[in-house]
Amino acid sequence: MSDSMQTLEAHTRSDYKYGFTSNIDSETLPKGLNEDVVRQISAKKGEPEFLLEWRLKAFRQWQSMVEPKWPNVDYPPIDYQDIIYYAAPKKKPVLNSLDEADPELIRTFEKLGIPLDEQKILAGVAVDAVIDSVSVKTTYKEKLAELGIIFSSFSEAVKDHPELIKKYLGSVVPPTDNFFAALNSAVFSDGSFVYIPKGVRCPMELSTYFRINERNTGQFERTLIVAEEGSHVSYLEGCTAPMRDENQLHAAVVELVAMDDATIKYSTVQNWYPGDKDGKGGIYNFVTKRGVCAGDRSKITWTQVETGSAITWKYPSCILKGNNSVGEFYSVAVTNNMQQADTGTKMIHLGKNTRSTIISKGISAGKSHNSYRGLVKVGKKAENAHNFSQCDSLLMGDRCGAHTFPYLEVENNTAKVEHEATTSKIGEDQLFYLQQRGISEEDAINMIVNGYCKEVFNELPMEFAVEAQKLLAISLEGSVG
Amino acid sequence: MLSIKDLKVNIEDKAILRGLNLDIKPGEIHAIMGPNGSGKSTLANVLAGREEYEVTDGSVTFEGEDLLDMDVDERAQKGVFLAFQYPVEIPGVSTATFLKSAVNAVREARGEEELKSIDMLKLLREKTAMVGMDQKFLQRSLNEGFSGGEKKRNEMLQMALLEPKLAVLDETDSGLDIDALKIVADVVNQMRDANRSFLIVTHYQRLLNYIVPDHVHVLVNGRIVKSGDKSLALKLEDQGYDWVKGEAALAE
Repeated sequence: MSDSMQTLEAHTRSDYKYGFTSNIDSETLPKGLNEDVVRQISAKKGEPEFLLEWRLKAFRQWQSMVEPKWPNVDYPPIDYQDIIYYAAPKKKPVLNSLDEADPELIRTFEKLGIPLDEQKILAGVAVDAVIDSVSVKTTYKEKLAELGIIFSSFSEAVKDHPELIKKYLGSVVPPTDNFFAALNSAVFSDGSFVYIPKGVRCPMELSTYFRINERNTGQFERTLIVAEEGSHVSYLEGCTAPMRDENQLHAAVVELVAMDDATIKYSTVQNWYPGDKDGKGGIYNFVTKRGVCAGDRSKITWTQVETGSAITWKYPSCILKGNNSVGEFYSVAVTNNMQQADTGTKMIHLGKNTRSTIISKGISAGKSHNSYRGLVKVGKKAENAHNFSQCDSLLMGDRCGAHTFPYLEVENNTAKVEHEATTSKIGEDQLFYLQQRGISEEDAINMIVNGYCKEVFNELPMEFAVEAQKLLAISLEGSVG
Repeated sequence: MLSIKDLKVNIEDKAILRGLNLDIKPGEIHAIMGPNGSGKSTLANVLAGREEYEVTDGSVTFEGEDLLDMDVDERAQKGVFLAFQYPVEIPGVSTATFLKSAVNAVREARGEEELKSIDMLKLLREKTAMVGMDQKFLQRSLNEGFSGGEKKRNEMLQMALLEPKLAVLDETDSGLDIDALKIVADVVNQMRDANRSFLIVTHYQRLLNYIVPDHVHVLVNGRIVKSGDKSLALKLEDQGYDWVKGEAALAE
């Protein structure tokens, strides 16, 4: 191995430096899962009968299902009876000021350029910061309410808008869709609900930013976004700040519904704890994300920047049902150390003149494995469907792996499907060139990687893109110091 | 300024440079000529710090410091510039972003402040004009889809922006038409001054029609076998390399 490869590896070999742990308190159901636990979860949340029945049906189905083993990832068996399925929101240790927070964490925040107030909330500092955030939140909520937009926790939505929940919950990802979706449907704790009425353009990016202090939605999160005819919404999920959680398994479900001429843009930055250098203790992120372009000329765009988790296993997908509907998937997936990722998308063309675009950029470092897996399916009636897929892999060092699994099922011969794939090593020639111009090795690596990811970053809302670039630098540097 | 003493360099255990000596004083232009495979490009790359090249013996001192002990970026920051024979393409990184980073990295190393955007813009405008490059190239990805001539022009732009103390031109003339060649020569001549030195590595004499070197050296089998002034270059063009090879063989 050459020197620069070794330096590259040294750069990418350090530990994830921060996260927070918290004390477990009361209001917690005992470990294990049975019908009674499902009933208790529903009861504790005061849910209507239909939802309990829905959960029970999912649970019974889940019992008859077998955990899938097909992804290109490796993990020890999960003991589902060793998991706590309901715990009241956990308290983080409260600090008096940022001076008490871990200086490493603060350095990360500064590198990411997170505003001071937000830093305080993330670090668990009490008082004024939270008050600030509440007032900001209230202002936003009022503004949204004026337009008829609903943006609330899932539990609130169940109470306030049961008819909408009943109509759309499980309409895109049925409770019996897959093993983890069934599990989520049975025991989901909370999540987000968004409803954009007809013709309304949501005036701001809906983001987890102002949900920060109610983020403890647990490991089985549920998100549902409905965009009525002609409406438009951009939703940001996640946070660039490092997130730690004692729950190892995360099995969320996200459902999107876009009616005629509606547009939903769903952006994710995922930075969950990836485990230590040997891969111990990291989060398993097994998520089902799917959107349906139900109406004509509707459009759904998934953009994701995945840098965290020990294992990332997800395929944000689009069902292009409406004629002339559009599905897009832009992804950057970074794996380092022992991380594993098997991610991609499914584009299901059902309507006429439907179009889809897939741009996937995988970056592997350390001893990690990074797989792209994607399905493009064109149904019998989908006249003139068009898909373009581009899957690129970038390897840093020579002990990591990149894999591409494209699947294609075309039942209509008017379809036009294009696929391009490349695998490249981060070029020593490129590094040498930049360094010969006085640019440090670290900056040179960042410049090359950011250039490689540019097409995806361009799809992110501006501030998010800037943060994502910095996050990528930190993830690959591996250390926050 | 630059002093190379008994430099021996291997690539994968094969001896390429076999005891090379060279002294370059401030303000001098030296040309290194030689047949293919004589070690010309190796010399250029070793000075810049490329690591496939293993220095087995000898020393290189730049302004009194051990050059071989410095990292690649440090050498650049101290004022050693290599104009590449084959500039690489870097997709997604705009030429302007790259140039700004390079200029500021070198400034920072010199203890100068980052250039303000407006001053940077002015500087880029001035230097692109100097090398006859269209500003639209600044918005394109670095070297991506550039023609051979455009890439070399971009190398000259970088040299003009970074104002090195020692510029090494590694066969910058290869593959250039006469107009492009004149531009390279023009930039070197404009930048030529009492403190700046150039090491011009070339296979052909024709670039030296436009850049008049103070010294010409002939490299054969990893050693400088003959040195002289501009007339040596002309003699080489006229008579080829065989006669120096013959002299070198006799000397061994």
